[in-house]
Amino acid sequence: MISSHIGYYSLIFGFVLSITLLVYSIFCFKKNNKKINQNIFSILFFQFFTVIISFISLIYSFVISDFSNETVYNNSHTTKPLFYKISGTWGNHEGSLLLWLLVLTLFIFLFIIFSKKQPAKYRLLSIFFQQIIICGFFLFLLSTSNPFNFLFPVPKEGLGLNPILQDPALAIHPPILYLGYVGSSIIFSASLASLVENNINNQWAAHIKKWILISWIFLTIGILLGSVWAYYELGWGGFWFWDPVENVSLMPWLCLTALLHTIIVLEKRSLLKSWTIVLSIATFTLSMSGTFLVRSGILNSVHTFANDPKRGIFILIFLFVLILLSLILFFIYQNKESNSQKKFFLISKETSILINNWFMMYFLSVIIIGTTYPIFLEVLVNEKISVGPPFFNKLLIPFLAIFLLFMSVGPKLNWIKDNFKEIKIIRIILFFICIFVSFYLIRNISSEILFSSVIGGAVLYLLFISIEDLIKKKYNFSQVISHFGFSLFILSILLNSLLSNEFSANMKIGQELSFEKNQIKFLNVKVLEKENYKSVIANFEIVDEQKKTTSLYPEIRIYNQPNILTSEADIITSIFTDKFIVINLLKGEEIFNVRYQTKPFMIWIWLSALLVSFGGMLSLIKRN
Amino acid sequence: MKKNFYYLTLFLFFIFVFTVFYLGLNKPNSYKPNEPNDKNLTKFYSTELFLNDELYSYEIIKNNKYTLVNIWASWCAPCRLEHSLLMDLNEKTNINIIGLNYKDKKNNAIKFLSEFGNPFKKVLTDPDGTISISLGAYGVPETFLVNSKSKIIKKYIGPLKNDNILEIINITK
Repeated sequence: MISSHIGYYSLIFGFVLSITLLVYSIFCFKKNNKKINQNIFSILFFQFFTVIISFISLIYSFVISDFSNETVYNNSHTTKPLFYKISGTWGNHEGSLLLWLLVLTLFIFLFIIFSKKQPAKYRLLSIFFQQIIICGFFLFLLSTSNPFNFLFPVPKEGLGLNPILQDPALAIHPPILYLGYVGSSIIFSASLASLVENNINNQWAAHIKKWILISWIFLTIGILLGSVWAYYELGWGGFWFWDPVENVSLMPWLCLTALLHTIIVLEKRSLLKSWTIVLSIATFTLSMSGTFLVRSGILNSVHTFANDPKRGIFILIFLFVLILLSLILFFIYQNKESNSQKKFFLISKETSILINNWFMMYFLSVIIIGTTYPIFLEVLVNEKISVGPPFFNKLLIPFLAIFLLFMSVGPKLNWIKDNFKEIKIIRIILFFICIFVSFYLIRNISSEILFSSVIGGAVLYLLFISIEDLIKKKYNFSQVISHFGFSLFILSILLNSLLSNEFSANMKIGQELSFEKNQIKFLNVKVLEKENYKSVIANFEIVDEQKKTTSLYPEIRIYNQPNILTSEADIITSIFTDKFIVINLLKGEEIFNVRYQTKPFMIWIWLSALLVSFGGMLSLIKRN
Repeated sequence: MKKNFYYLTLFLFFIFVFTVFYLGLNKPNSYKPNEPNDKNLTKFYSTELFLNDELYSYEIIKNNKYTLVNIWASWCAPCRLEHSLLMDLNEKTNINIIGLNYKDKKNNAIKFLSEFGNPFKKVLTDPDGTISISLGAYGVPETFLVNSKSKIIKKYIGPLKNDNILEIINITK
């Protein structure tokens, strides 16, 4: 009760501070001081402090199960384990927005602390633009999604957290993803500020690159965690479904990856200034649209929780105000830029980075179209369609092969101009060997030989080249690690999709079935009472071709609040393959529907994605 | 001059996108087609999901005063939304609800039903989608209310809403 009051009023206080900062930063900006007024630091810190107080009070309300708070009532339950009570704080609409706000204020505070070498006016403007965003979020929270609404009479029990959200990976997935999203807000504010100040130069690029790296690392890991969650919890045996919500997190990632590469050109050659700004604006806008699409319920998706059109309209207007503001600023100030047209040579590192950008933009537009096309179609011609994996696979996969080849060539080129004299015959031979090898391997296991073997070849080539670079240590180490990780990632996905195997049947206890030289035995079922669910654990034994026996324990959980059944797959992970088994009750009978899958190289998909972000971390550490 | 033209186009484009999103927000998720409802539901043969036997659709329809034919799929997110309403409808009334499982994998369909409950008296399967096409369906989910003579009384495109359910209850009373 009291904690809700504290949380609510400190939010209002934070909002007032935000308005103060908006006015004060402009006031200081006009005064033309060489240094930033110390008051700004204090207000920024206080603002961060108010939001953290508010966030902690919400967590506290969740922990003590204070059902006079509407958010707690809707999303928690007394029998829930403490861990999920806490993670339930950001597992819902209101709480997750509060988390957004927390990260926003944290980042601007850190940004100001770590940008002391930058011009004061630029920093003040960054604060100003960031405060516009923060202000918008404060308003959004207070007007349409207040996390501290009261309920009277106070309910005795809460409605509970959706059981599929009760998973460790999902508990940390939103915060990490938000760190990535919100990190892009700093890039947005900083680029607008440097645009107005005409401060876009090598030094600025080096400074903002850290922030790009930070949000890129978090975004990568955040997406990875979401995918891990889908694999372990949803129990469909896949890790990416091209669901709108997944696409929405991938869109800013693609944009940010493009930006990460472009900023290097700006740093080293002072080129592509406007493009860098456009990408910065686009990245944040896409993160915001992500929030809009997910939170407004305009897209139907398994992840959509909130369905209040008022919220949707608020985010929509806010989003377009930000877009218009940045576009107007862009058009006004872009001309100031010195048009010192340095020459772009065809064969050079900057061209290859530009090509990377083209590909990123292509991938991005495919995903944007696939995700938003149904909305347009419905509004304009009243037709409903859903765009699924075949669309994305058909449009993305063919280009991936070419993209991979450019990835293996690009980083080797010199800046400004490369003579390309030393086209090594060995490389070309290696490339054809790769294509041949992959064709030979894939021939027997897949029907889509052409695409698979071309991609397989390109991936193998990139893999060999990056291993060679790793050994030689001639090139940028962190970049090689990331590219190596990426090639490993595509290779694992390719092998995984080609070699996955599935067997399913309806089985009774004690039954034995054999399939493809394997045997599956359904031994027994145990029923256990847990804290907030009843668990039915089955025991299976798989005997494979080499007569090796594996025991698997898939589980069905019957949650009490809300009353939902979930299937927990049992997954045995080894270096080369995952054994994945999931069971379902069939209409209350003694028969279970059993699905057994072997998914090769799953762990390699996770590890290689981690490796990609590890490359980013290395680069970040090296810079400090 | 040329530049202004570009700016204008860009702004107009964003205003267009804004309008579409705005309209999309206010759009209800289900709507009724205007076409005259004097058609009969096409009769078809299909395999039952659980029992694996071949059934003739008219055989199931003709013995009931009203039948609700719901086209659904486990991969279809809006179907999840309407599913609880169908469960409710099944509990409250004794209307004959039949599911037509559209372009789905058998296991996924069974998993879906065991997870969210099974409101259907019979679940017919349409693995390649041809039956749904012959019924004149636009996509999933879609629901037909037919009488014992197989005449289509109501057709709902998109997930069912609460007021649709009330309407169905009123008609079939």
